Amino acid sequence: MEKQFRESIGTALDDAKLSAALGKFSVDYKVNRAKIYEDTDFEALRSQIAACKSYAAEHMEELAAEFTKNAEARGAKVFRANSPEAVREYILQVAKDNGVKLIVKSKSMATEEIHLNPFLEKEGIEVAETDLGEWIIQLAGQRPSHMVMPAIHLTREDVADIFSKEVEERLSSDIPRLVQLAREKLRPKFLQAGMGISGGNIAVAETGTVVLVTNEGNARLTTTLPKVHVAVIGLEKLVAKFADVAPILKALPRSATAQLLTSYVSMITGPAPTDDGGVKDLHIVLMDNQRSAMAHDPMFKEALQCIRCASCLNVCPIFRLVGGHVFGKVYTGAIGTILTAWYEGLQQSEDIQGLCIMCGACKDVCPGKIDIPSLIMEVRRRLVQNEGVPLIQKSIYQVVNNRKLFHGMLRAASVASKPLSKGGFIRHLPLFLSDLTEGRSLPAIAATPLRDSIKKIEQPKGLQEKAVFYAGCLIDFAYPEMGEALVKILNKAGVEVLFPEGQTCCGAPARYSGVYEVAAKNSKDNIDALLSVAADYVVSACPTCTVALNEEFIATFKSLGQTEHLPKAEQLAAKTMDFSTLVKKLVDEGRLSLKEGQQLGKITYHDSCHLKRSLRADQPPRELLQKAGYEISEMFECDVCCGMGGSYSVKLPEMSAPILQRKLKNIKDTGAPVVAMDCPGCVMQIRGGMHQDGAGVQVRHTVELIAQQLAD
Amino acid sequence: MYELFKARAERAGAEVHRFTTKAEAEAYIVDLFQKEQVRDETGHLVVWADCPFLDEALKERVSTLPGMRFTVSRDNANAARIGISQVDGALAEIGTLVQDATAIDKRLVSMLPEVHLAILSTKTIVADMPAWIAQTNTSTLGSYIAMITGPSRTADIERVLTIGVHGPRRLVVCCVDEMGGVA
Repeated sequence: MEKQFRESIGTALDDAKLSAALGKFSVDYKVNRAKIYEDTDFEALRSQIAACKSYAAEHMEELAAEFTKNAEARGAKVFRANSPEAVREYILQVAKDNGVKLIVKSKSMATEEIHLNPFLEKEGIEVAETDLGEWIIQLAGQRPSHMVMPAIHLTREDVADIFSKEVEERLSSDIPRLVQLAREKLRPKFLQAGMGISGGNIAVAETGTVVLVTNEGNARLTTTLPKVHVAVIGLEKLVAKFADVAPILKALPRSATAQLLTSYVSMITGPAPTDDGGVKDLHIVLMDNQRSAMAHDPMFKEALQCIRCASCLNVCPIFRLVGGHVFGKVYTGAIGTILTAWYEGLQQSEDIQGLCIMCGACKDVCPGKIDIPSLIMEVRRRLVQNEGVPLIQKSIYQVVNNRKLFHGMLRAASVASKPLSKGGFIRHLPLFLSDLTEGRSLPAIAATPLRDSIKKIEQPKGLQEKAVFYAGCLIDFAYPEMGEALVKILNKAGVEVLFPEGQTCCGAPARYSGVYEVAAKNSKDNIDALLSVAADYVVSACPTCTVALNEEFIATFKSLGQTEHLPKAEQLAAKTMDFSTLVKKLVDEGRLSLKEGQQLGKITYHDSCHLKRSLRADQPPRELLQKAGYEISEMFECDVCCGMGGSYSVKLPEMSAPILQRKLKNIKDTGAPVVAMDCPGCVMQIRGGMHQDGAGVQVRHTVELIAQQLAD
Repeated sequence: MYELFKARAERAGAEVHRFTTKAEAEAYIVDLFQKEQVRDETGHLVVWADCPFLDEALKERVSTLPGMRFTVSRDNANAARIGISQVDGALAEIGTLVQDATAIDKRLVSMLPEVHLAILSTKTIVADMPAWIAQTNTSTLGSYIAMITGPSRTADIERVLTIGVHGPRRLVVCCVDEMGGVA
């Protein structure tokens, strides 16, 4: 990560105004979004959008041709441009041909992408952005920090300062007055402009229609008053049928601003009459700039399903800390990372891709049903492939790839960290490692790892059902007591627990860093180990590991084209279950009983990202805890990431820390003396945070709590 | 259908009134002229786009009122207090008006004045967007179809909702049950 970029993170984190604005927005957005979708089957809606947009991505060339034919038949001029230069030159030529001196623009990310304004201004043409947010940004000489709300990082005082300079008069920060000023200053420009430039939210091939949505009404004026209208539209905006407009117009305003519909929708099909008795000179620029290349990429074609609602920014725990000027380039946030990698080049995404903590919150709300985290992971993989792995990381992964060496070092670390640990925690690490313990104590490496202690557990003889236990590094080496609790529970239900010693790291750290070869080697070693003994199922008490066994081994092999390993990977995936789902099932089947009539008091539950959003198993642990006698008191933002993110907290501790602090506050606010969770990684993060915080809230894995409540 | 449309349009900030006859609607409109103090002065005109509701008899009755303009230009629309146009339908589920605004005067009167008064035949309200699309002949789409949901708005400064940026601050919808010969 570039030093300069690192510094920009620090500056953004220290910007109190920015974090207040974004923090409040992220909270409001969640509430408003939920309300506006109340009566809507979101899954059905987004499946419909994903279907029509993926069809469009696969038939991009045909649809572009059909759109061109139909729009031209209605009298529009359609220009297909492959590069940003071609778009800019075309627009300049049209402007020159018409003697245009002033252009009004309605909001368009496509023109931001090609840096159109500075280009036209250099040619002596005045360009006025007319969307209020864009105008503010233009006057301030900045770039949008958010796709839908370009000036969200600025306060009313900032805007008053910016406008004051423009009108050379000291203005108050009264918002209606500032808005009125924009109306008064921009109205004459609409009336005088020789050309209007817009983007396009949807382009319908069947009819040659361009659909524009706005709230302010500036797109209507931009496309009506000037004699010439140029619409710049990315090829990903194409859809086949006019009927496809309906689901997109249903989701876009709901997801973007929690509105049923924007104030205005304009559907333009060919030139309409102008007020001088003539007709509009309508130009539609279909811009490629890597979109057709994306359409041919088996993984990234999915990103073309984006409808630019920016909900992935609005729910992102990282975006709300640093905003779009750090997390993004022209396009910001999660989808912005992917678009930057394509539109500006893979290298350009190197810094920003590292900001994604892989919590999956964006994937859950994406109306285009894009698996955004997986695509960012693929960006990582390709970066590593192109640029190689940094030297220090490489040496770590070489260790991880050699199980005996890796485990040997962990054992050695247990001894080495002794002088630093106190009460099971490492509070401070020396020198450059000290950031790792900032705001969080790390667990001491256990003196006896689970792989040794499990051998000493005397399991009942003659049990028919067998489960292979996949521990994962944290339970194996830091929290063996969680593994021991799991053995106790399963034994009670009549299940024998097997622990194949060849099991090693699940490969998630390597995979999430884009080092897929290492992850593949881990996958292969684990498949061999876990399938080496006959068992009814494989169980893990770490959701990240479970997802690795369930999905990611397969995805890694597919990405690398190592298809020979797929049959065994699929065999393993079919047998894998997470702890809470399995135990809930055993309880439901009457094979496991918990103590009756216990009143254990209040507890709050933290949803681990992978358990909630990949495994969709947020209910079984809650049901188990309630059955055991706990009364669940839900915390605010219970399913927001704790900031651990595997090695994220090591790479970006300055980002991880404020996320953790927010989580600790939400936990403490419930007043519950215990917080439960299903992920040892979250336990490490939250228990460590609670330890330094000193609040005394117990942080427990569900497995530990359930093991205490087994009926005799 | 009307009730849902009214509720949703009002949620978006529109004012919705229902009249049984054209005469009742006319009385309301004339009353609105007075309340908005329209007159022959820049900023206070009425621009009325050609539409079936505005038949010859009505035109004659209101043409004696001050500030009335039936020939619409960008200049008089920009100088108008009220712009009037008839819309072609509405979407109940989301409180949206639908208008084939290919004719330039329909767009000018609904964009530039402070108040947009939209006349809607109550029976043209349909359930939702898919219902409207289903009844639309895609081979004869108007060049400029406008959908209007509430007044012009922005939340670009600190996400504070502010009404009337570039378009009308007020959207008044007059739903008429019996349009007579006009739909």
